[in-house]
Amino acid sequence: MNTQHTSHQFDQELSQLKEKLLYMGGLAEEMIRDSIRALRERNSDLAGEVIDRDLSCNRLEVEIDELAIQILALRQPAARDLRFLTTALKISTDIERIGDEAVNIAERTLELNREPQLKPYIDIPRMAEMAQGMLKEALDAFVHHDTRLAYTVCEGDDAIDDLNRQILRELLTYMIEDPGSITRATKIIFVSKYLERIADHATNIAEMVVYMVEGKIIRHTDAT
Amino acid sequence: MNGLREKIKISVRDLHFYYGDHHALKGNTLDIAENRVTAFIGPSGCGKSTHIRTYNRMFELYRGHRATGEVLLDGVNILEPSVDAIELRMKVGMVFQRPTPFPMKIYDNVAYGLKLKGINNRGELNGRVERALKQAALWDEVRDQLDKSAMALSGGQQQRLCIARAVAMEPEVILMDEPCSALDPVATIKIEELIDELKVNYTIVIVTHNMQQAARVSDYTGFFYMGELIEFDETNVIFTRPTERRTEDYITGRFG
Repeated sequence: MNTQHTSHQFDQELSQLKEKLLYMGGLAEEMIRDSIRALRERNSDLAGEVIDRDLSCNRLEVEIDELAIQILALRQPAARDLRFLTTALKISTDIERIGDEAVNIAERTLELNREPQLKPYIDIPRMAEMAQGMLKEALDAFVHHDTRLAYTVCEGDDAIDDLNRQILRELLTYMIEDPGSITRATKIIFVSKYLERIADHATNIAEMVVYMVEGKIIRHTDAT
Repeated sequence: MNGLREKIKISVRDLHFYYGDHHALKGNTLDIAENRVTAFIGPSGCGKSTHIRTYNRMFELYRGHRATGEVLLDGVNILEPSVDAIELRMKVGMVFQRPTPFPMKIYDNVAYGLKLKGINNRGELNGRVERALKQAALWDEVRDQLDKSAMALSGGQQQRLCIARAVAMEPEVILMDEPCSALDPVATIKIEELIDELKVNYTIVIVTHNMQQAARVSDYTGFFYMGELIEFDETNVIFTRPTERRTEDYITGRFG
Protein backbone atom coordinates (compact mmCIF):
# COMPACT_ATOMS: atom_id res chain seq x y z
CA MET A 1 0.00 0.00 0.00
CA ASN A 2 2.38 2.66 -1.18
CA THR A 3 -0.13 5.42 -1.89
CA GLN A 4 -1.78 7.08 1.05
CA HIS A 5 -5.49 7.51 1.50
CA THR A 6 -6.88 11.00 1.52
CA SER A 7 -8.17 9.96 4.94
CA HIS A 8 -5.19 9.36 7.22
CA GLN A 9 -7.36 7.72 9.81
CA PHE A 10 -8.35 5.06 7.30
CA ASP A 11 -4.66 4.41 6.59
CA GLN A 12 -3.98 4.09 10.28
CA GLU A 13 -6.81 1.61 10.76
CA LEU A 14 -5.54 -0.54 7.90
CA SER A 15 -1.97 -0.61 9.19
CA GLN A 16 -3.23 -1.36 12.69
CA LEU A 17 -5.08 -4.36 11.27
CA LYS A 18 -2.00 -5.52 9.39
CA GLU A 19 0.19 -5.21 12.50
CA LYS A 20 -2.23 -7.25 14.57
CA LEU A 21 -2.28 -9.98 11.92
CA LEU A 22 1.50 -10.13 11.79
CA TYR A 23 1.73 -10.20 15.57
CA MET A 24 -0.78 -13.05 15.66
CA GLY A 25 1.10 -14.87 12.90
CA GLY A 26 4.35 -14.54 14.86
CA LEU A 27 2.64 -15.92 17.92
CA ALA A 28 1.39 -18.94 15.99
CA GLU A 29 4.89 -19.55 14.57
CA GLU A 30 6.29 -19.58 18.11
CA MET A 31 3.55 -21.93 19.25
CA ILE A 32 4.45 -24.44 16.51
CA ARG A 33 8.17 -24.17 17.28
CA ASP A 34 7.75 -24.54 21.05
CA SER A 35 5.23 -27.37 20.87
CA ILE A 36 7.69 -29.43 18.80
CA ARG A 37 10.59 -28.43 21.07
CA ALA A 38 8.50 -29.58 24.04
CA LEU A 39 7.95 -32.88 22.26
CA ARG A 40 11.60 -33.38 21.32
CA GLU A 41 13.01 -32.32 24.68
CA ARG A 42 10.20 -33.98 26.65
CA ASN A 43 9.57 -30.61 28.30
CA SER A 44 6.07 -30.64 29.79
CA ASP A 45 6.39 -27.12 31.22
CA LEU A 46 6.98 -25.72 27.75
CA ALA A 47 4.02 -27.73 26.42
CA GLY A 48 1.87 -26.15 29.14
CA GLU A 49 3.06 -22.67 28.11
CA VAL A 50 2.02 -23.32 24.50
CA ILE A 51 -1.44 -24.30 25.70
CA ASP A 52 -1.68 -21.08 27.74
CA ARG A 53 -0.60 -18.93 24.79
CA ASP A 54 -3.65 -20.03 22.83
CA LEU A 55 -5.74 -17.54 24.83
CA SER A 56 -3.82 -14.61 23.32
CA CYS A 57 -4.16 -16.14 19.88
CA ASN A 58 -7.92 -16.47 20.26
CA ARG A 59 -8.25 -12.95 21.63
CA LEU A 60 -6.29 -11.56 18.69
CA GLU A 61 -8.57 -13.32 16.24
CA VAL A 62 -11.60 -11.62 17.79
CA GLU A 63 -9.86 -8.23 17.84
CA ILE A 64 -8.87 -8.57 14.19
CA ASP A 65 -12.37 -9.58 13.15
CA GLU A 66 -13.94 -6.72 15.07
CA LEU A 67 -11.56 -4.18 13.59
CA ALA A 68 -12.08 -5.53 10.06
CA ILE A 69 -15.87 -5.49 10.46
CA GLN A 70 -15.73 -1.96 11.83
CA ILE A 71 -13.68 -0.78 8.83
CA LEU A 72 -16.05 -2.54 6.43
CA ALA A 73 -19.06 -0.86 8.03
CA LEU A 74 -17.63 2.63 8.41
CA ARG A 75 -15.39 3.00 5.36
CA GLN A 76 -17.15 0.92 2.71
CA PRO A 77 -13.83 -0.05 1.18
CA ALA A 78 -13.47 -1.03 -2.46
CA ALA A 79 -10.98 -2.80 -4.71
CA ARG A 80 -7.60 -3.46 -3.08
CA ASP A 81 -8.79 -2.24 0.34
CA LEU A 82 -11.78 -4.56 0.13
CA ARG A 83 -9.58 -7.46 -0.90
CA PHE A 84 -7.17 -6.71 1.95
CA LEU A 85 -10.02 -6.71 4.49
CA THR A 86 -11.62 -9.93 3.30
CA THR A 87 -8.16 -11.48 3.28
CA ALA A 88 -7.56 -10.30 6.84
CA LEU A 89 -10.85 -11.87 7.96
CA LYS A 90 -9.97 -15.22 6.41
CA ILE A 91 -6.31 -15.26 7.39
CA SER A 92 -7.16 -14.59 11.04
CA THR A 93 -9.25 -17.77 11.07
CA ASP A 94 -6.43 -19.82 9.56
CA ILE A 95 -3.87 -18.47 12.03
CA GLU A 96 -6.20 -19.18 14.91
CA ARG A 97 -6.61 -22.78 13.70
CA ILE A 98 -2.82 -23.09 13.47
CA GLY A 99 -2.68 -22.05 17.12
CA ASP A 100 -5.23 -24.75 17.92
CA GLU A 101 -3.12 -27.37 16.13
CA ALA A 102 -0.07 -26.29 18.13
CA VAL A 103 -2.15 -26.77 21.28
CA ASN A 104 -3.09 -30.25 20.05
CA ILE A 105 0.59 -31.06 19.58
CA ALA A 106 1.32 -29.77 23.11
CA GLU A 107 -1.48 -31.91 24.56
CA ARG A 108 -0.21 -35.07 22.82
CA THR A 109 3.28 -34.12 24.07
CA LEU A 110 2.04 -34.01 27.68
CA GLU A 111 0.56 -37.49 27.22
CA LEU A 112 3.65 -38.89 25.47
CA ASN A 113 5.93 -37.46 28.18
CA ARG A 114 4.23 -39.67 30.76
CA GLU A 115 5.59 -42.76 29.01
CA PRO A 116 9.07 -43.80 27.80
CA GLN A 117 10.00 -42.40 24.41
CA LEU A 118 9.06 -44.76 21.58
CA LYS A 119 11.70 -43.63 19.10
CA PRO A 120 13.93 -40.65 18.36
CA TYR A 121 12.05 -37.92 16.54
CA ILE A 122 13.65 -37.19 13.16
CA ASP A 123 10.95 -36.63 10.57
CA ILE A 124 8.51 -34.85 12.90
CA PRO A 125 10.89 -31.94 13.66
CA ARG A 126 11.74 -31.73 9.94
CA MET A 127 8.07 -31.60 9.08
CA ALA A 128 7.46 -29.00 11.79
CA GLU A 129 10.25 -26.85 10.44
CA MET A 130 8.75 -27.03 6.96
CA ALA A 131 5.25 -26.19 8.19
CA GLN A 132 6.55 -23.31 10.27
CA GLY A 133 8.58 -22.10 7.28
CA MET A 134 5.47 -22.20 5.09
CA LEU A 135 3.58 -20.08 7.61
CA LYS A 136 6.45 -17.60 7.80
CA GLU A 137 6.69 -17.36 4.01
CA ALA A 138 2.92 -17.01 3.64
CA LEU A 139 3.01 -14.10 6.09
CA ASP A 140 6.03 -12.58 4.30
CA ALA A 141 4.13 -12.87 1.03
CA PHE A 142 1.22 -11.09 2.74
CA VAL A 143 3.42 -8.23 3.96
CA HIS A 144 5.27 -7.72 0.69
CA HIS A 145 2.36 -8.50 -1.67
CA ASP A 146 4.64 -11.17 -3.10
CA THR A 147 2.56 -13.62 -5.15
CA ARG A 148 5.62 -15.54 -6.36
CA LEU A 149 6.45 -16.42 -2.77
CA ALA A 150 2.79 -17.25 -2.14
CA TYR A 151 2.82 -19.74 -5.02
CA THR A 152 6.00 -21.30 -3.61
CA VAL A 153 4.20 -21.86 -0.32
CA CYS A 154 1.33 -23.61 -2.12
CA GLU A 155 3.80 -25.90 -3.87
CA GLY A 156 5.45 -26.80 -0.55
CA ASP A 157 2.28 -28.49 0.62
CA ASP A 158 2.99 -31.66 -1.40
CA ALA A 159 6.30 -32.31 0.38
CA ILE A 160 4.52 -32.10 3.73
CA ASP A 161 1.88 -34.55 2.57
CA ASP A 162 4.64 -36.97 1.50
CA LEU A 163 6.34 -36.71 4.90
CA ASN A 164 3.02 -37.30 6.63
CA ARG A 165 2.51 -40.53 4.67
CA GLN A 166 6.08 -41.63 5.32
CA ILE A 167 5.68 -41.12 9.07
CA LEU A 168 2.42 -43.06 9.03
CA ARG A 169 4.09 -46.02 7.23
CA GLU A 170 7.02 -46.04 9.61
CA LEU A 171 4.84 -46.02 12.71
CA LEU A 172 2.61 -48.74 11.28
CA THR A 173 5.60 -51.09 11.25
CA TYR A 174 6.28 -50.20 14.91
CA MET A 175 2.68 -51.03 15.82
CA ILE A 176 2.71 -54.32 13.89
CA GLU A 177 5.93 -55.44 15.55
CA ASP A 178 4.91 -54.35 19.04
CA PRO A 179 1.24 -53.84 19.89
CA GLY A 180 2.42 -52.25 23.16
CA SER A 181 3.56 -49.25 21.09
CA ILE A 182 0.13 -48.58 19.61
CA THR A 183 -0.97 -45.85 22.06
CA ARG A 184 2.24 -43.88 21.68
CA ALA A 185 2.53 -44.47 17.94
CA THR A 186 -1.03 -43.28 17.38
CA LYS A 187 -0.25 -40.06 19.24
CA ILE A 188 2.78 -39.44 17.07
CA ILE A 189 0.66 -40.09 13.99
CA PHE A 190 -1.74 -37.45 15.33
CA VAL A 191 1.12 -34.98 15.71
CA SER A 192 2.12 -35.62 12.13
CA LYS A 193 -1.47 -35.01 11.05
CA TYR A 194 -1.61 -31.74 13.05
CA LEU A 195 1.52 -30.55 11.24
CA GLU A 196 0.01 -31.52 7.93
CA ARG A 197 -3.06 -29.40 8.78
CA ILE A 198 -0.86 -26.46 9.77
CA ALA A 199 0.69 -26.64 6.31
CA ASP A 200 -2.83 -26.64 4.82
CA HIS A 201 -3.70 -23.48 6.73
CA ALA A 202 -0.44 -21.85 5.59
CA THR A 203 -1.43 -22.78 2.04
CA ASN A 204 -4.84 -21.18 2.56
CA ILE A 205 -3.12 -17.99 3.68
CA ALA A 206 -0.86 -18.04 0.63
CA GLU A 207 -3.87 -18.54 -1.63
CA MET A 208 -5.58 -15.54 -0.02
CA VAL A 209 -2.46 -13.46 -0.64
CA VAL A 210 -2.77 -14.21 -4.35
CA TYR A 211 -6.40 -13.08 -4.17
CA MET A 212 -5.47 -9.95 -2.25
CA VAL A 213 -2.81 -8.93 -4.78
CA GLU A 214 -4.30 -10.12 -8.06
CA GLY A 215 -8.02 -10.35 -7.33
CA LYS A 216 -7.88 -13.94 -8.55
CA ILE A 217 -9.31 -16.84 -6.55
CA ILE A 218 -6.99 -19.83 -6.93
CA ARG A 219 -8.55 -22.03 -4.25
CA HIS A 220 -9.95 -25.33 -5.50
CA THR A 221 -8.34 -24.87 -8.90
CA ASP A 222 -5.25 -26.33 -10.48
CA ALA A 223 -3.55 -22.93 -10.48
CA THR A 224 -1.40 -23.95 -7.55
CA MET B 1 -18.72 -5.26 -22.61
CA ASN B 2 -16.45 -8.21 -22.12
CA GLY B 3 -18.34 -11.07 -23.62
CA LEU B 4 -20.32 -8.98 -26.12
CA ARG B 5 -23.38 -10.83 -24.91
CA GLU B 6 -25.18 -7.52 -24.48
CA LYS B 7 -27.18 -5.77 -27.15
CA ILE B 8 -25.58 -2.38 -27.75
CA LYS B 9 -27.86 0.66 -27.59
CA ILE B 10 -25.32 3.45 -27.89
CA SER B 11 -21.90 3.13 -29.42
CA VAL B 12 -19.50 5.98 -28.74
CA ARG B 13 -16.48 6.22 -31.02
CA ASP B 14 -13.56 8.61 -30.55
CA LEU B 15 -15.73 11.30 -29.01
CA HIS B 16 -14.03 14.66 -28.49
CA PHE B 17 -15.66 17.71 -26.97
CA TYR B 18 -14.64 21.35 -26.89
CA TYR B 19 -15.91 24.20 -24.73
CA GLY B 20 -14.50 26.87 -27.03
CA ASP B 21 -10.74 26.29 -26.75
CA HIS B 22 -11.03 23.89 -23.82
CA HIS B 23 -10.63 20.28 -24.92
CA ALA B 24 -12.97 18.60 -22.43
CA LEU B 25 -13.34 15.06 -23.84
CA LYS B 26 -10.36 13.34 -25.41
CA GLY B 27 -11.36 10.49 -27.63
CA ASN B 28 -13.89 8.49 -25.56
CA THR B 29 -14.85 5.12 -26.99
CA LEU B 30 -17.34 2.81 -25.28
CA ASP B 31 -20.58 0.87 -25.69
CA ILE B 32 -23.78 1.33 -23.69
CA ALA B 33 -25.74 -1.90 -23.28
CA GLU B 34 -29.48 -1.92 -23.88
CA ASN B 35 -31.73 -2.33 -20.81
CA ARG B 36 -28.77 -1.98 -18.51
CA VAL B 37 -27.67 0.73 -16.12
CA THR B 38 -24.33 2.28 -16.96
CA ALA B 39 -22.74 4.60 -14.40
CA PHE B 40 -20.01 7.16 -14.95
CA ILE B 41 -17.83 8.16 -12.04
CA GLY B 42 -14.85 10.46 -11.67
CA PRO B 43 -13.76 13.64 -9.89
CA SER B 44 -15.43 16.99 -10.64
CA GLY B 45 -14.49 18.32 -14.04
CA CYS B 46 -13.45 14.91 -15.39
CA GLY B 47 -15.94 15.12 -18.26
CA LYS B 48 -18.56 12.59 -17.20
CA SER B 49 -21.48 15.06 -17.42
CA THR B 50 -20.09 16.57 -20.61
CA HIS B 51 -19.95 13.05 -22.01
CA ILE B 52 -23.58 12.12 -21.36
CA ARG B 53 -24.79 15.53 -22.51
CA THR B 54 -23.63 14.62 -26.00
CA TYR B 55 -26.08 11.71 -26.08
CA ASN B 56 -29.02 14.10 -26.53
CA ARG B 57 -27.03 17.06 -27.83
CA MET B 58 -27.84 19.19 -24.81
CA PHE B 59 -24.62 21.07 -25.47
CA GLU B 60 -26.08 22.66 -28.60
CA LEU B 61 -28.01 25.05 -26.39
CA TYR B 62 -24.72 26.88 -25.74
CA ARG B 63 -22.50 28.72 -28.19
CA GLY B 64 -18.99 27.50 -28.89
CA HIS B 65 -19.65 23.97 -27.65
CA ARG B 66 -18.65 21.39 -30.17
CA ALA B 67 -18.42 17.60 -30.38
CA THR B 68 -16.54 15.44 -32.88
CA GLY B 69 -16.50 11.69 -33.33
CA GLU B 70 -19.52 9.43 -33.32
CA VAL B 71 -22.38 8.76 -30.93
CA LEU B 72 -24.29 5.96 -32.61
CA LEU B 73 -27.81 5.44 -31.27
CA ASP B 74 -28.97 2.16 -32.80
CA GLY B 75 -26.33 2.69 -35.43
CA VAL B 76 -27.25 6.28 -36.35
CA ASN B 77 -24.72 9.00 -35.54
CA ILE B 78 -26.84 11.47 -33.61
CA LEU B 79 -24.13 14.14 -33.82
CA GLU B 80 -24.99 14.57 -37.50
CA PRO B 81 -26.93 17.81 -38.12
CA SER B 82 -29.43 15.80 -40.16
CA VAL B 83 -30.68 14.20 -36.94
CA ASP B 84 -33.43 16.40 -35.47
CA ALA B 85 -32.48 17.45 -31.93
CA ILE B 86 -36.07 17.61 -30.69
CA GLU B 87 -36.85 14.11 -31.91
CA LEU B 88 -33.56 12.92 -30.45
CA ARG B 89 -34.46 14.32 -27.04
CA MET B 90 -37.78 12.49 -27.15
CA LYS B 91 -35.81 9.27 -27.54
CA VAL B 92 -33.14 10.24 -25.05
CA GLY B 93 -34.71 11.78 -21.95
CA MET B 94 -32.84 13.46 -19.15
CA VAL B 95 -33.15 13.95 -15.39
CA PHE B 96 -31.00 16.59 -13.71
CA GLN B 97 -29.20 17.07 -10.44
CA ARG B 98 -31.77 19.38 -8.85
CA PRO B 99 -35.41 18.49 -9.37
CA THR B 100 -36.74 20.79 -12.09
CA PRO B 101 -40.54 20.62 -11.85
CA PHE B 102 -42.46 23.18 -13.92
CA PRO B 103 -44.38 25.68 -11.76
CA MET B 104 -47.70 24.09 -12.63
CA LYS B 105 -49.96 21.25 -11.50
CA ILE B 106 -48.55 17.79 -10.96
CA TYR B 107 -50.73 16.47 -13.76
CA ASP B 108 -49.63 19.16 -16.20
CA ASN B 109 -45.96 18.54 -15.45
CA VAL B 110 -46.32 15.07 -16.90
CA ALA B 111 -48.84 15.93 -19.61
CA TYR B 112 -46.90 18.94 -20.91
CA GLY B 113 -44.51 17.07 -23.17
CA LEU B 114 -47.28 14.78 -24.38
CA LYS B 115 -49.37 17.76 -25.43
CA LEU B 116 -46.37 19.23 -27.26
CA LYS B 117 -46.13 15.91 -29.02
CA GLY B 118 -49.70 16.48 -30.20
CA ILE B 119 -51.55 14.18 -27.86
CA ASN B 120 -54.72 16.03 -26.84
CA ASN B 121 -57.20 13.22 -26.28
CA ARG B 122 -58.21 13.52 -22.62
CA GLY B 123 -58.55 9.77 -22.10
CA GLU B 124 -55.18 8.97 -23.62
CA LEU B 125 -53.52 11.79 -21.70
CA ASN B 126 -54.98 10.55 -18.41
CA GLY B 127 -53.83 7.03 -19.11
CA ARG B 128 -50.29 8.03 -20.02
CA VAL B 129 -49.94 10.41 -17.07
CA GLU B 130 -51.07 7.66 -14.71
CA ARG B 131 -48.75 5.11 -16.26
CA ALA B 132 -45.78 7.46 -16.11
CA LEU B 133 -46.46 8.33 -12.47
CA LYS B 134 -46.76 4.63 -11.68
CA GLN B 135 -43.49 3.86 -13.44
CA ALA B 136 -41.85 6.61 -11.42
CA ALA B 137 -43.27 5.07 -8.22
CA LEU B 138 -45.08 8.31 -7.41
CA TRP B 139 -48.69 7.48 -8.31
CA ASP B 140 -49.77 6.21 -4.90
CA GLU B 141 -48.51 9.37 -3.24
CA VAL B 142 -50.08 11.91 -5.63
CA ARG B 143 -53.16 10.23 -7.18
CA ASP B 144 -55.53 12.31 -5.05
CA GLN B 145 -53.72 15.59 -5.57
CA LEU B 146 -52.95 15.76 -9.26
CA ASP B 147 -54.29 19.32 -9.31
CA LYS B 148 -51.88 20.49 -6.65
CA SER B 149 -48.80 22.47 -7.56
CA ALA B 150 -45.72 20.36 -8.18
CA MET B 151 -43.78 22.88 -6.16
CA ALA B 152 -45.54 21.65 -3.01
CA LEU B 153 -43.98 18.18 -3.31
CA SER B 154 -40.91 17.15 -1.34
CA GLY B 155 -37.53 17.10 -3.07
CA GLY B 156 -37.61 13.33 -3.52
CA GLN B 157 -41.15 13.45 -4.91
CA GLN B 158 -40.19 16.28 -7.24
CA GLN B 159 -37.31 14.22 -8.58
CA ARG B 160 -39.60 11.24 -9.17
CA LEU B 161 -42.02 13.63 -10.90
CA CYS B 162 -39.17 14.64 -13.21
CA ILE B 163 -38.54 10.97 -13.91
CA ALA B 164 -42.26 10.53 -14.62
CA ARG B 165 -42.07 13.48 -17.00
CA ALA B 166 -39.14 11.83 -18.77
CA VAL B 167 -40.72 8.37 -19.03
CA ALA B 168 -44.09 9.82 -20.16
CA MET B 169 -42.44 10.53 -23.51
CA GLU B 170 -41.61 6.84 -23.75
CA PRO B 171 -37.94 7.43 -24.47
CA GLU B 172 -35.49 4.65 -25.19
CA VAL B 173 -32.66 6.03 -23.11
CA ILE B 174 -32.80 7.97 -19.84
CA LEU B 175 -29.81 10.06 -18.85
CA MET B 176 -29.51 10.94 -15.18
CA ASP B 177 -27.01 13.56 -14.09
CA GLU B 178 -26.48 13.22 -10.33
CA PRO B 179 -30.18 12.47 -9.77
CA CYS B 180 -29.86 11.96 -6.01
CA SER B 181 -27.29 14.50 -4.94
CA ALA B 182 -29.97 16.88 -3.61
CA LEU B 183 -31.99 14.14 -1.91
CA ASP B 184 -31.99 12.60 1.56
CA PRO B 185 -31.01 8.92 2.02
CA VAL B 186 -34.57 7.57 1.98
CA ALA B 187 -35.51 9.48 -1.16
CA THR B 188 -32.21 8.31 -2.65
CA ILE B 189 -33.06 4.66 -2.00
CA LYS B 190 -36.46 5.16 -3.65
CA ILE B 191 -34.83 6.58 -6.76
CA GLU B 192 -32.30 3.73 -6.80
CA GLU B 193 -35.12 1.17 -6.52
CA LEU B 194 -36.83 2.96 -9.35
CA ILE B 195 -33.73 2.85 -11.55
CA ASP B 196 -33.65 -0.89 -11.08
CA GLU B 197 -37.29 -1.19 -12.17
CA LEU B 198 -36.94 1.21 -15.08
CA LYS B 199 -34.11 -0.70 -16.70
CA VAL B 200 -36.57 -3.36 -17.80
CA ASN B 201 -37.96 -0.84 -20.30
CA TYR B 202 -35.19 1.68 -20.72
CA THR B 203 -31.47 1.98 -21.15
CA ILE B 204 -30.16 4.11 -18.30
CA VAL B 205 -26.99 6.13 -18.08
CA ILE B 206 -26.26 7.77 -14.77
CA VAL B 207 -23.55 10.18 -13.63
CA THR B 208 -22.84 10.11 -9.92
CA HIS B 209 -20.34 11.37 -7.39
CA ASN B 210 -21.53 8.74 -4.98
CA MET B 211 -19.42 5.70 -5.75
CA GLN B 212 -21.48 3.43 -3.54
CA GLN B 213 -24.50 4.47 -5.56
CA ALA B 214 -22.73 3.55 -8.79
CA ALA B 215 -21.83 0.22 -7.19
CA ARG B 216 -25.43 -0.36 -6.07
CA VAL B 217 -27.40 0.59 -9.17
CA SER B 218 -25.26 -0.05 -12.20
CA ASP B 219 -24.33 -3.02 -14.33
CA TYR B 220 -21.41 -1.25 -15.99
CA THR B 221 -19.18 1.50 -14.68
CA GLY B 222 -16.88 3.89 -16.52
CA PHE B 223 -14.22 5.94 -14.75
CA PHE B 224 -13.38 9.32 -16.29
CA TYR B 225 -10.34 11.42 -15.52
CA MET B 226 -9.39 14.66 -17.22
CA GLY B 227 -11.61 14.02 -20.20
CA GLU B 228 -10.41 10.49 -20.76
CA LEU B 229 -12.27 7.26 -20.17
CA ILE B 230 -9.69 5.49 -18.02
CA GLU B 231 -11.50 2.22 -17.50
CA PHE B 232 -14.84 0.72 -18.43
CA ASP B 233 -16.00 -2.67 -17.21
CA GLU B 234 -18.66 -4.58 -15.35
CA THR B 235 -19.42 -2.73 -12.11
CA ASN B 236 -18.54 -5.77 -10.06
CA VAL B 237 -15.07 -5.86 -11.63
CA ILE B 238 -14.48 -2.12 -11.24
CA PHE B 239 -15.23 -2.24 -7.52
CA THR B 240 -13.37 -5.43 -6.64
CA ARG B 241 -10.43 -5.67 -9.02
CA PRO B 242 -10.05 -2.73 -11.40
CA THR B 243 -7.25 -2.99 -13.93
CA GLU B 244 -6.08 0.62 -13.94
CA ARG B 245 -4.14 2.10 -11.08
CA ARG B 246 -5.94 5.46 -11.39
CA THR B 247 -9.34 3.77 -11.14
CA GLU B 248 -8.22 1.90 -8.05
CA ASP B 249 -6.79 5.03 -6.43
CA TYR B 250 -10.01 6.91 -7.09
CA ILE B 251 -12.46 4.33 -5.79
CA THR B 252 -10.36 3.58 -2.73
CA GLY B 253 -10.09 7.27 -1.86
CA ARG B 254 -6.41 7.73 -2.63
CA PHE B 255 -6.75 10.45 -5.24
CA GLY B 256 -4.94 13.76 -5.45
